[in-house]
Amino acid sequence: MSSGVLLSVEDVVVDLPTPRGNLRAVDHVDLAVGAGRTLGIVGESGCGKTMLSRAILQLLPRKARPSGRVMFDGQDLLRLPAEKLRRLRGRSLAVVFQDPMTSLNPVLTIGTQLIETIREHLELDLAEARQRGVDLLAAVGIPAPEQRLEQYPHQLSGGMRQRVAIAIALSCEPKLLIADEPTTALDVTIQAQILDLLAREQRRRHMAMIIITHDLGVVAGRTDEVAVMYAGRVVERAPTSALFKQMRMPYTEALLAALPKLDAAPHTPLPAISGRPPDPTRPLKGCSFAPRCRYAAGRCNTEKPSLSRAETPGHLYACFHPIETGAGAVA
Amino acid sequence: MATLELGLEEDVSAAPVRPARRLGALFRLAIGWMMLVFAVAILADMLPLPSPTDMDMLEKRAPFSFEHWLGTDGFGRDELARLVYGARVSLVVGLCAPVIGLTIGGALGMLAGYFRGRFETFVVGSMDVLLAFPPLVLALAVTAYLGQSIFNLTCILGVLGIPAFMRVARAATLSLARREFVIAAQALGATHARILLRELLPNVLLPLLAYFLLVVAVTIVVESALSFLGLGVPPPVPSWGSMIGEGRESLDVAPRLAFIPAIAMFLTVLSFNLVGDTMRALTDPRQGAL
Amino acid sequence: MMLQAAPDPLLRVENLVVEYAVGGKTVHAVSDVSIEIARGETLGLVGESGCGKSTLGRAVLQLRPAVSGKVLFDGHDLTTMQGEALRRMRRRVQLIFQDPIASLNPRRRIGDIVAEPLVISGVKDPGRRSQLVHDVLSAVGLDPALVIGRLPHEFSGGQCQRICIARALVLNPDFVICDEPVSALDVSIRAQILNLLEEMKARYGLTLLFIAHDLAVVKAVSDRVAVMYLGRLCEVGPSEQLFARPAHPYTALLIDAIPVPDPDIRPAETVPVGEPPSPIAPPSGCRFRTRCPRADARCANEVPELRAVAPGQFAACHHPLV
Repeated sequence: MSSGVLLSVEDVVVDLPTPRGNLRAVDHVDLAVGAGRTLGIVGESGCGKTMLSRAILQLLPRKARPSGRVMFDGQDLLRLPAEKLRRLRGRSLAVVFQDPMTSLNPVLTIGTQLIETIREHLELDLAEARQRGVDLLAAVGIPAPEQRLEQYPHQLSGGMRQRVAIAIALSCEPKLLIADEPTTALDVTIQAQILDLLAREQRRRHMAMIIITHDLGVVAGRTDEVAVMYAGRVVERAPTSALFKQMRMPYTEALLAALPKLDAAPHTPLPAISGRPPDPTRPLKGCSFAPRCRYAAGRCNTEKPSLSRAETPGHLYACFHPIETGAGAVA
Repeated sequence: MATLELGLEEDVSAAPVRPARRLGALFRLAIGWMMLVFAVAILADMLPLPSPTDMDMLEKRAPFSFEHWLGTDGFGRDELARLVYGARVSLVVGLCAPVIGLTIGGALGMLAGYFRGRFETFVVGSMDVLLAFPPLVLALAVTAYLGQSIFNLTCILGVLGIPAFMRVARAATLSLARREFVIAAQALGATHARILLRELLPNVLLPLLAYFLLVVAVTIVVESALSFLGLGVPPPVPSWGSMIGEGRESLDVAPRLAFIPAIAMFLTVLSFNLVGDTMRALTDPRQGAL
Repeated sequence: MMLQAAPDPLLRVENLVVEYAVGGKTVHAVSDVSIEIARGETLGLVGESGCGKSTLGRAVLQLRPAVSGKVLFDGHDLTTMQGEALRRMRRRVQLIFQDPIASLNPRRRIGDIVAEPLVISGVKDPGRRSQLVHDVLSAVGLDPALVIGRLPHEFSGGQCQRICIARALVLNPDFVICDEPVSALDVSIRAQILNLLEEMKARYGLTLLFIAHDLAVVKAVSDRVAVMYLGRLCEVGPSEQLFARPAHPYTALLIDAIPVPDPDIRPAETVPVGEPPSPIAPPSGCRFRTRCPRADARCANEVPELRAVAPGQFAACHHPLV
């Protein structure tokens, strides 16, 4: 996989100064995405997954202080001049946000926004760009694309708006698409359609994709590799099938167990994770999950576990007391 | 099955939840100046000052001296004393008039924003009429009918402030009334009065108070302008506006007579604006939570 | 039409219609819905956004006026009640909202917020009030001594939801409407709150109407589930049975669309079923027909009635799956 690595995040740290002290939003994260592959980043709110995606895109808040390296296609995005970066974003690096209502400009028509993006990055005349826009809207499953070009975002439903946002993201054939909670604001039946659409377009364009979500279910069938984040760190990383077969990090296991299951009988108590994530402005000395972990003991509270290798190739976890193979499967 | 979060110990150890806010030196200076102006205005009678209306025709436009710290005006009256007593008028009018606007406008705005419907249409419509009425003409008409007095002036300026306060209160109430805690109170069976007073008022009050300070600043200026035009407080009672107006006649000989009250007013208005802006920035209780 | 032959249901909604105007157009939020909830039961109400499930919940409490129909709570018709009588009835019915932070007044202390229902219902003795507040806060897993003096913004979403639950329970109500109580919470917190609701239900002997868009969440807590689509009920039935053998194509679609956290179950390339039409102009006949693979001419002309398809299970479909 090393030859085909498109994006590699190396030892990235993002610090945010706040009135309550320094907030380490991303804490020494290493990740890699190969060309045409899909990485899922899973975590709860405040775990740093969104800040990490902002760091990759270099769209961090002004006061944020990032460090480390984000290598994309042989260039370090953290050190790229603003003008080069701007051309890279949209052209090779595209993003789809959670809320299509706020990521689309409400006073411009769909067509204007789509065609402008196309013409900004590709040398096409107006008619060609327009034709491309129509093709794209059709490709993302929007009926009557010609008419849609004249409409404003508020005239479309949430699912349709997200399709438009995807069309804009795909307009310049990016090499990497970052989808940040792309379906969280949508209904289940629409969510399935949008995820299918993303998967189809990815295969067709041989594009790499990062799906950021809080839902293990979204990641399960649709990614090649999963990284689980907790309190700013990657706590477990593995090929998707290996991860779901054998979770080593207690947090990942607890997160999966806490999901209500369709095949469980009603009124089955859920194995909840007690407590809540630590205050990011007051980092713990030991493992961040230790206060909530039922396996925590000894050095968990005094020392930070680093990512270590499991027997399965590509499987990494940060835990002193990993769940033993064969034991403690999902409750 | 126990999912208790019984302890909030982590939070307690992190005790200073609300960090000291950095308010800046400018804010402190503004507060200091406001306190000084208030203090001299309140204590004017006790200060060792000559009477602001005693004329000394031998000492017209006297320069700064030990006897008259800021000199005397065109009628030989002590400039410092007039400045201090003028502050009284400016502050009384500047504070009382917005209080009228705050109470009436705030109440109307909250009722309009909460009950909506025809009442809201009526309130908003009548406020538009009031806004459309030229304020100077109103002031002229009232002073012509009822005579010049501090009370009349305060009432005019107060009534003119009602529409703006109504708008602020209504906008705040409209957005709050849709919030779930208001629906929760309704679901609990709370009466309208209780919802208005306990749920909405504490939330509407802070934006209103922040706005109040800005209106105080504007009112001081407007009072001065009216006094400058001779529509404000009747002479010989000093007010900053009338002092500037009187000083205008001797701008070439003693420009300080116009400039000293102007500077006092400038600093006071600036202080009120600064404090008002800072308060508005602090209006949101969640700001401290990051 | 009886959906469940409970002899003495706590809540009985009969042919409820709720419509309201938005920009001069009429939104048909709830159209002719009848349902019963037995004492001690949890009824789950699912549907996509805009299907009218929240409006139904609020109409039960008379927070939204009904155009027609009845809401019988413990035998009393709430739609005809007014003033003090309605306020007294409302104290037996409580509401928990989706956004726990927005449903707490940001400028009032937790102790006052939780005591508010007691003040409103006329518990005059402050000592008794504070005793009840202490008891209910401990019951929801918060330490009263640490909590009562604080403001809502000092708490996380999960803790705020516990406070909301405490406020709802302090009057010892009979019936609680939970409107998406966990959809704003993280997975690990969500399980805590769901467990807490179950505990509280047992402890206070509650009857629950549990409104949510997430079927797995609804199934975890409900005895029976009702599925709503564009203002109408599609299907009602015992949870296990409904999930195992859905009769209405819409229920089946909802179940299929849930992402399963298991990589071996490859998500089927779902049939493109489009998006729900607007509740301003719902389709004629069966409202689901525009997205339904089984729809035919009859579905366009004739509104399907809820009919029994299995014991206790009812579906409003001309071509049910079972």
